[in-house]
Amino acid sequence: MANSVIYAMYDDDQTLITAAKDLVGRGIKVKDCYSPFPIHGIDPIIGVTRTRLGIVSFMFGLGGLSLALLGTWYFMIHDWPMNIGGKPNFGYHLNIPSFVPILFEFTVFCAAHGMALTYLIRNKTLPGMPAVNPDPRTTDDKFVLEIDSHDNHSMSTEAILEAVKGTGDFELSHKKY
Amino acid sequence: MFKEAALREPLILGNKTYGDITHDVVSPIEDKAPKGWYIAITISALIALWGVGCILYLIGTGIGTWGLNKTVGWAWDITNFVWWVGIGHAGTLISAVLLLFRQRWRMAINRSAEAMTIFAVIMAAMFPGIHMERLWLGYFVFPLPNQFGSLWVNFNSPLLWDVFAISTYFSVSLVFWYIGLIPDFATIRDRIKTPVAKKVYGILSFGWSGKAKNWTRFEEVSLVLAGIATPLVFSVHSIVSMDFATSIIPGWHTTIFPPYFVSGAVFSGFAMVQTLLLVMRKTMKLEAYVTRKHVEYMNIVIIVTGSIVGVAYITELFMSWYSGVEYESYTFINRFSGPYAWAYWAMMTCNVISPQLFWFKKLRTSLGFTFFMSIIVNIGMWFERFVIIVTSLHRDYLPSSWSMFHPTFVDIGVFIGTIGIFFTLFLLFARFFPVLALNELKSILKVSGEQYKNKD
Repeated sequence: MANSVIYAMYDDDQTLITAAKDLVGRGIKVKDCYSPFPIHGIDPIIGVTRTRLGIVSFMFGLGGLSLALLGTWYFMIHDWPMNIGGKPNFGYHLNIPSFVPILFEFTVFCAAHGMALTYLIRNKTLPGMPAVNPDPRTTDDKFVLEIDSHDNHSMSTEAILEAVKGTGDFELSHKKY
Repeated sequence: MFKEAALREPLILGNKTYGDITHDVVSPIEDKAPKGWYIAITISALIALWGVGCILYLIGTGIGTWGLNKTVGWAWDITNFVWWVGIGHAGTLISAVLLLFRQRWRMAINRSAEAMTIFAVIMAAMFPGIHMERLWLGYFVFPLPNQFGSLWVNFNSPLLWDVFAISTYFSVSLVFWYIGLIPDFATIRDRIKTPVAKKVYGILSFGWSGKAKNWTRFEEVSLVLAGIATPLVFSVHSIVSMDFATSIIPGWHTTIFPPYFVSGAVFSGFAMVQTLLLVMRKTMKLEAYVTRKHVEYMNIVIIVTGSIVGVAYITELFMSWYSGVEYESYTFINRFSGPYAWAYWAMMTCNVISPQLFWFKKLRTSLGFTFFMSIIVNIGMWFERFVIIVTSLHRDYLPSSWSMFHPTFVDIGVFIGTIGIFFTLFLLFARFFPVLALNELKSILKVSGEQYKNKD
């Protein structure tokens, strides 16, 4: 049997949440949804897991802090100690207060940019990437649920279409691939 | 669904739908630019060109073209630098700190405030750049071994802290701004008709599709970036103030500088946001989104930060007497009664006395008065930096070397020129970029929109 994708378009975020609840309740797996802004509360319904980007940011921050610690120690204490305004240069722990601003800034720098890059790569949003939203109106004021028959082996495409029709959708498209 | 308190005034006025928000923000980009825009950009570009000319002359001839002398060795250049960095503080404060405090009114103003921040920080970064004069040796500020030998930059120095602070602040603000812009560029990409524009916005939007997981990540990134940008905002101007505070010049050597500079920065940043937004909401017909209430909220921030600045001025005066250090006392007596007293009293009037007028509700909700005040505040804040820098230097320990500072045409040209460059960049932004954060406004429409609020 050929696989097919069903796109059900709604003109309100609340209708989409109700529809998604209804479909999931009937045992239909909803693959994704496309919306012009974040719909709060849709993630647990269609089974989108929590993102780990916060942890990524923390790790990058730790990396940045370690690099800055290593750098300031190497430049100022180990490689070429300088006597500047009488600030102690013979032990890192004595000189560290005047490195705090740089340690902080570099931690923030690495945490922010590391997370931002990971975000862009994980989202597959990079310059020149093709957009995959099924309808140009989903970035304006329409909300689309995507159901792939591949994920729903137990039901026929017709049965899914029938179920979707009952949810008050506004436009239905059905593509075979 | 989340319900907002009925007492709160709606943030989106009128009978708006999701489609209307898109239309109102994107149509100025699709339509032909109005005549006023061409006039404005021509004027600012001419001023910018004059500034570029002065900068080229300065680089070609040398720092001697400035009005500096042996006593006043630091004047307009650093004044302008601090002024622009200060202005660049509102954007990230609005988008980061107000996001953490869940202030929804920030959503109508954060995009343009962040654009303003980025342009202001570019202007600020230019001043240390041209001060180096030999720009091709600019890599010296990075931790490279000096002359590629074995001497490193000095990590104990606030000037190097500044390099790290400004570059971190600039790049993080830029990334924060751009991540918010990506979904809105996608909206324009999917709407605009002309093929070239479609292609360009297609590239700018990075192929954004608005999947559920994309939005979850988007919200997480916004929140975490706001969390780490918040201490960053406060650190940047604190570090700028340490350029002065760690020196031993009477008038600079005070521990009050970091909080004093940060509140001054927020104060002037919000004033600049008011100047730009009041014009923008009128000319681009955004009155339904940037409402009188938004203007009032910003004026309240201006009263609070203006009052903190006022307390700091008075504390400085008190401490100069209470410390018993005669050099310190003399510097302050000289500030308010010496040859630069006019600058001191201009600063006091603009920054301390006039913002107190905003205690009257009638005045803080008046758009014309707010516009006038926003300019007054920025003049005052420029004078603040001038007063701190020049009056502390011009009379030093040796009366025979006392002198005055007289700006040359290059000093003036470079300063006015940066204002021209700033406005040119901002006008380009207003013409080609979504000036409101579309996706964020849509997400608050049902909570704070007039049409939906307090209905059922």
